[in-house]
Amino acid sequence: MSFLTLTNVSKFYGDTQAVSSFNLSVEKGEFISLLGPSGCGKTTTLQMIAGFESVSGGRIELDGRDITHTKPNTRGLGIVFQTYALFPHMTVEQNVAFGLEMRKMPAAERRDKVAQALELVHLEQHGKRYPREMSGGQRQRVALARALVIQPPVLLLDEPLSNLDAKLREEMQFELRDIQRKVGTTTIMVTHDQSEAMSISDRVVVMEAGHVTQVDRPLSVYEHPANRFISTFVGKANLLEGSVLRLAGDHADIDSGGMTLTLAAVDSGLRAGTQVQLGLRPEKLKCVAPGKGRCDGQVSQRFFLGSQWMYSIVTPLGPLTVLVANDGAAMLEPGQTVGIDWNDHNLRLISATRTAVSAAEEVL
Amino acid sequence: MSAASAIPTTPGRNRSLPWLMSAPAILLCGVMLLVPLLLTLLLSFNAFDADTGPKAGTFTLEHYRAVLIDPYYYEIFWRTFWISGLVTLICIVVGMPEAYILNRMRKPWRSIILLVVLAPLMISVVVRAFGWSMLLGPEGLINGTLAAFGIGPFKMLYTETAIVIALVHVMLPFMVIPVWTSLQKIDPGVVNAALSLNASPLTALRRIVLPQIMPGVLSGSLIVFGLSASSFAIPGLLGGRRLKMMATLIYDEYLHELNWPLGAAIALLLLLANLVIMLGWNRMIERRYQKALG
Repeated sequence: MSFLTLTNVSKFYGDTQAVSSFNLSVEKGEFISLLGPSGCGKTTTLQMIAGFESVSGGRIELDGRDITHTKPNTRGLGIVFQTYALFPHMTVEQNVAFGLEMRKMPAAERRDKVAQALELVHLEQHGKRYPREMSGGQRQRVALARALVIQPPVLLLDEPLSNLDAKLREEMQFELRDIQRKVGTTTIMVTHDQSEAMSISDRVVVMEAGHVTQVDRPLSVYEHPANRFISTFVGKANLLEGSVLRLAGDHADIDSGGMTLTLAAVDSGLRAGTQVQLGLRPEKLKCVAPGKGRCDGQVSQRFFLGSQWMYSIVTPLGPLTVLVANDGAAMLEPGQTVGIDWNDHNLRLISATRTAVSAAEEVL
Repeated sequence: MSAASAIPTTPGRNRSLPWLMSAPAILLCGVMLLVPLLLTLLLSFNAFDADTGPKAGTFTLEHYRAVLIDPYYYEIFWRTFWISGLVTLICIVVGMPEAYILNRMRKPWRSIILLVVLAPLMISVVVRAFGWSMLLGPEGLINGTLAAFGIGPFKMLYTETAIVIALVHVMLPFMVIPVWTSLQKIDPGVVNAALSLNASPLTALRRIVLPQIMPGVLSGSLIVFGLSASSFAIPGLLGGRRLKMMATLIYDEYLHELNWPLGAAIALLLLLANLVIMLGWNRMIERRYQKALG
C-alpha cells in the first residue's frame, strides 16, 4: 500500500489541459522529484497535492485518506515555497513556531520543538532575527524548519533551491537530502534542474506538456531515457538517425551515416527497415588515435569545463559531442583528426516509433 | 575623457550641483510655506485693536491666553479632534477591506473600481458638499425616501453626523491607496504558507496579512487625520454657522471678527496639536513594526 497515491489526476484551465491523468505512487520515506521544463505542469501538480489548486479530475490519497478536495489547511502537509514565503513581521522563532501554535501546542513544548528544528537546519543562533536580516540560504533553512517542525506526513518542495547561487545550491542539495534522510519525511520536490533532481532523489518523475513521460531511478532515467526529449533534457546526448539492417540474436545491425552500428539487447519491437533514433552519451565516447576507432573525425570546437574538456567532432555520423576527463593528457587541437570509439552496450535505442504515452505506461 | 569622469576632479562644481538641482523646490517651499508660516507666527503675537486692527511691531501673548482659558474654544478643539479621529477610524474600518478586495480583483474590474474609489478626488469639494446637503437636507433624498415609509424626518444636515459622513467620503481614497500599496508588496505565498501550517483563512488574514499592511494603515491614517482636522469646506457647508471646527473658526476670526492675530494664534495651535497627535501616533505604530518591516 503506497503512502501517497495520485490516480489519473488532471487539471484543466478552461480548455487547456495543464496536467493530464497523472499517476504516481509514493512510498513512505521516498524522495521524489518532479522534473520538467517550465510550463510542463509540475508546479500545478504540486499545488494540487498541497490543495492550493483544485483538482479537475482524478483522486489524491494520503495514507488511505482521500484528500482530493479537502482544504489546504486540513491536509497538514509541510511546504517550502519557491520564494520561501516567510512571515516578514515575525522572527525566525515565531515563523517556525506558527504551525505549532495553530495546532494549539503548549508554549513550553513549542519552544523545545522550535529549538530542535532550528538545530536541524543549523540556525540555533539566529532565532531572534527577522527574515530580512538573513541571507537567501538562511531563509531557505528557516522555510525548511518551519515546514518540518509540524512533522508533516509529506514534505512538498517547490523549486526550493532555484533562488540560490550555484555554489550554495550544491551545498544545500546535499544538506536537504541529509536532513530528509534524518527525519525520514516523504518528500516531493519540483525542479527544472536535472542535476538537482538526479543528485538527491530516489525516483525522478519526468514531465512534458502535462504528461508524465518517465518515472524511474535517476540512473535509469539517465541511462535509459524513454524518449528523445528526456535524453537531451537529462544530461547531454548525441542523437543518431538510422535504420535497422538486420536482427541477429541479442543485437541488431543498424545503418547510420554509411556505418554499420551494433545495438545490443534490443527489445523485439524492431524489424529490418525500421527507422530508429539512437543515443550516445558524450562521456561514453572515447578519443583514440586516428584509424584505431570505429570512425575518424575532425575536431571543430573545444570548450574547457574545468574537470572536463568538451569537443565537438565532425564524423560520418554527424557532429558528435565528446566529453573527456581533464586528466592531464594532451588536449586535442581544433582541426586535428581523431579516432572515435565506444562500447556497444552504451549505444541506446531511443526509437521514434515508441510514443511518449506507451513509454510512460511501460515504466509504471 | 568624458564629462562624467571629469566631475570628481572638480569637487567644487560637484558639491554645488545637488543644491542647484533642488533650488526650485527649496525656493517654492521657502516662499510658499516658510515665509507665510513665519508671518503668521509674528502676527499671532501682535496686539489687536477693534478699531484699528493689528498693531505691527507689538508683542503680546494675549491671544494665546484668550484661546487657552475660554471653554468656547475648547469645545471647538475637542469637536475637531473627535470628528477627525472618528473619520480616521471609519476610514480604517471601511478602507482596509475595500483595499483588500480591490487587490484581489481581476484585471478590468480592478481599474473600474479604482476609478470609483478615486472619483471623489476628481470633483470639487464644494460641489461634493452641496451634493451631500441635497441628500441629507430636510427635503433631501434620504428624508424623502424615509417619509415614503412614514418615518422621519430626521435632522441630518448641519449636524456632526453630516460632517463625518462627508469627510469619510472625501478621505477614503487617502486610506485605500496606501493600504493597497502595502498589500501589493505582500508575497502571495505567505497566505498559502499560513494555510499549509493549519491556519484558517481568517487567522491567516489576521496574523499574516494585517500586520504587514500596518505601515499603509499608519500613513493613511496620518493623512486622513491631518486633512480632516484642517478641513474647511465640508464643516463650513455641512456644519452650518453653529457647528464650528478649527478651520471654520479661524476663517471667522479673520473675516468676520477681523481679529487676524487671534486667528493666527488659533491656526498655530491647530498646527501644534496636529503635529503632536500625528507624531505620537507615528511613533507608537512605528516602534511596533519598523524592526520587522523596515
